[in-house]
Amino acid sequence: MGRSNVLKKCIHLLLPPAFWLGAWQLGAFLVELHVEGRGNELLLPYPLTVLLALIRLIQEPAFWGTAFTSLLRIGAGMAAGVVLGGALAGLTCASFWCRRLLAPVIRIIRATPVASFILLVLLWTGRNQVPAVISGLMVLPVVWENVTQGIRSTDPQLLELARAYRFSRRKTVRLVYLPSLTPYLLSAVTTAMGLAWKSGVAAEVLCLPRPGIGTEINQAKQAFETADLFAWTAVVILLSLLMERGLSRLIQRKGGVYPP
Amino acid sequence: MIQISDLTLSYGEKRVLDHFSLTVPEEGITVLSGPSGCGKTTLMRCIAGLEKPQSGSINGVSPRETAVLFQENRLFPWRTAEQHLLDVLPKARRGEAGLWLALVGLEGEKSAYPSALSGGMKRRLALARALALGGKLYLLDEPFTGVDGERIKALMAALKGLGTPVLLSSHEELVRSLADRVIPLDGPPLRAR
Repeated sequence: MGRSNVLKKCIHLLLPPAFWLGAWQLGAFLVELHVEGRGNELLLPYPLTVLLALIRLIQEPAFWGTAFTSLLRIGAGMAAGVVLGGALAGLTCASFWCRRLLAPVIRIIRATPVASFILLVLLWTGRNQVPAVISGLMVLPVVWENVTQGIRSTDPQLLELARAYRFSRRKTVRLVYLPSLTPYLLSAVTTAMGLAWKSGVAAEVLCLPRPGIGTEINQAKQAFETADLFAWTAVVILLSLLMERGLSRLIQRKGGVYPP
Repeated sequence: MIQISDLTLSYGEKRVLDHFSLTVPEEGITVLSGPSGCGKTTLMRCIAGLEKPQSGSINGVSPRETAVLFQENRLFPWRTAEQHLLDVLPKARRGEAGLWLALVGLEGEKSAYPSALSGGMKRRLALARALALGGKLYLLDEPFTGVDGERIKALMAALKGLGTPVLLSSHEELVRSLADRVIPLDGPPLRAR
């Protein structure tokens, strides 16, 4: 690779985040200029202030426990949503009556405000379970829809071949359905991961389970520690991206590797 | 002897098979030769149990005893050439994968995905998979599309050596000249010319 190409790649990679960091810095500067007192700290802290807050939080012993517990809760909800959504999609495609029964329920889940679900689930279960249940509920319709679409788009010629070549049902699922579903599952996971974290952390903010990132965000808001609020949000974004990448790799590996 | 008697099949108003009868000998290669769309593929699909004729019977072979090569390759983009063979071979015969690949001249392409193969190579891989599946009757629909003359000669010789009756459709003059029996057809509805 030539030097100009490396430079071009670096510019392509760094320019967008540099632009938005610059915009953030400028915004924070304007707030400091126009709002008196602690306006800057309360409304829009500087990127460097947030970075320092993040470094301070990471050094606290409770940080990893809090982040790991939220990761576990939301991961469990996400996993349950993916498994249940996939299973329900299978049933939807396998039986006319399952489709008639499930489709309206899933539409209702999709249309119901997440706040209503959070409060309802809080009434029905303990505060520690709410984030996982909510994450699962938000993920389920996305996975159901994508997997249903994937199953319906499976090449009928390959399915006919599986029948003519006397493949067992299990072999047909492994060799035909799963690889065909991989792109649909990847798309579902990408969309669902963001939803799982958004709804899961929102549930934590409202239900205050201990420990939890949402609980920390709520406390930062109560104490007007906006830099901490930004820092915890950055943690959520990082964890969401890491989980998305990990799950995508797992699906690609299990679903059959496409040649380039 | 495989006896096809009085097969009738219509798609809506269009009658593709109209009381069609045919006898396929227990051995050798029988070529169905006729213009595109005359009903050769439909006949093969009936024998393979993929189409249900409205009337008639097929005796001497059941759909479960046939090995079909479809008109399209129907390869899995996510499986390598060797994996395509392993997919159809029972556990006890897994060691044969390389032999079937060698039979169609693809021994050097074990790890290649279909996207890396040429049109003729894909066709040969699909043929190898159908042959490896095995059965009492091979139904090969246009097996030599995109395959060169020398290779066709070698493959026809290999098919004869299998000792299983082969019913294949082909437009190629070379294939007809190498077959044990040629049935000229016309249609639709399918009929002997």
